[in-house]
Amino acid sequence: MSRTVVKATVNGEPVEFLGGGGQSLLDALRDELRLTGSKEGCGTGDCGACSVIVDGRLVCACLMLAPEAEGKRIETIEGLADGSNLHPLQHQFLEHAALQCGFCTPGLLMASKALLDRNPDPTETEVRYWLAGNMCRCTGYDKIVRAVMDAAADLRQEKPR
Amino acid sequence: MSGVDYLSPGTVADAVSALRAAGGSARLMAGGTDLLVQMRGGRAKPKVVIDLKGIPGLSGIRLEGGGFIVGAATPGAVLGEHEALKAAWPGVIEAANLIGSTQVQGRASLGGNLCNASPAADSVPALIAAGVVCLIEGPGGKRELPVEKVQTGPGKTALAVDEILVAFRFPAKAAQSSDAYLRMIPRTEMDIAVVGAGVSVSLDASGVCTAARVGIGAVAPTTLLVEAAGAALVGSEFDDAALAKLEAAVAAACRPISDKRGTAEYRTKVASVLARRAALIARDRASA
Repeated sequence: MSRTVVKATVNGEPVEFLGGGGQSLLDALRDELRLTGSKEGCGTGDCGACSVIVDGRLVCACLMLAPEAEGKRIETIEGLADGSNLHPLQHQFLEHAALQCGFCTPGLLMASKALLDRNPDPTETEVRYWLAGNMCRCTGYDKIVRAVMDAAADLRQEKPR
Repeated sequence: MSGVDYLSPGTVADAVSALRAAGGSARLMAGGTDLLVQMRGGRAKPKVVIDLKGIPGLSGIRLEGGGFIVGAATPGAVLGEHEALKAAWPGVIEAANLIGSTQVQGRASLGGNLCNASPAADSVPALIAAGVVCLIEGPGGKRELPVEKVQTGPGKTALAVDEILVAFRFPAKAAQSSDAYLRMIPRTEMDIAVVGAGVSVSLDASGVCTAARVGIGAVAPTTLLVEAAGAALVGSEFDDAALAKLEAAVAAACRPISDKRGTAEYRTKVASVLARRAALIARDRASA
């Protein structure tokens, strides 16, 4: 098995890691770069717990090989907050208690960010369909959807935080 | 999944050479949403994974001869954002965009969906109905193959071990023509087709059908072109008699299995109903 040096940008920072041998991007993020916010739920692209944004596109990090990251711009949950200032999505997930065990939360936050990056004013139906690939076994989704709708409003500055 | 080499060739010729060098132990990867799951589950054990996305032309959409050339590895999300392609072939795009989640749409491609060769592949009946042709390259040069000739059985294709599906050629769309795809699943998202049906139709100025093609999925070992179903519509104004002939032709073509997703009888009935409904949607789009 051959491992090669992979150079990418993760959350704005240039990174280098050894990748290969069928290793997924998720394994590289967690084991090589020690960014353990992205979770492995299913490992088969069904649960969305490993959702990251690669060159502006939402993907499952488990369904991408680590060497494919060469030259790519990757956004993970670790880059969502601005230092100690939570992103409006994170703030609203807390406000709405849109999590219980929290395992799905990093993936849901990244998926929601990818939605709001391209659609700042989604309907509830659009939110529900966009997030259909993110499983949550605790909340029943309703609080999550409300949190995303309110975070969208925050980002549009329609109501005070 | 250890012990796998990853190659990202920059040309089709290099990818073909790598395939030949691997002697059957390589797998081509487009979006990887099927392949990586199969590798993880141990069903696919390639020694080499050849990533096609770095080859110019394998990802992307361009106009040619009044139609479109769509790179085989172009992700579904990119297809869905291409307004001209969506306007010309709404049925193909709605089929492609039904596959998986937003995350999967960021990666999954038409080429992968076809060559994974599942009879339930959502985009394939729609591609068949649209009359789309595969552009294939191998060591012997280039050849073309209609989409309906590619799948030869579950997981099997007509491509040789050293051939690559490079792109799809969508024909120039005639005036007053359109297409539609419908699938049956017991939920709204994130599932595999129990049955799928794609239909494309062309109309004359008075609304009479001048051409029609019907593709069906998940009702036989491969996706199918049902020529008799298309012929049933030609010359009609989509009256009940013509639609009944279409339904009978679809039912006659079905050779489904019974499994946890549905019985053979159910699939056969639903295939007919979906084809009828898709034909009417395609007609409405064509006359809009």
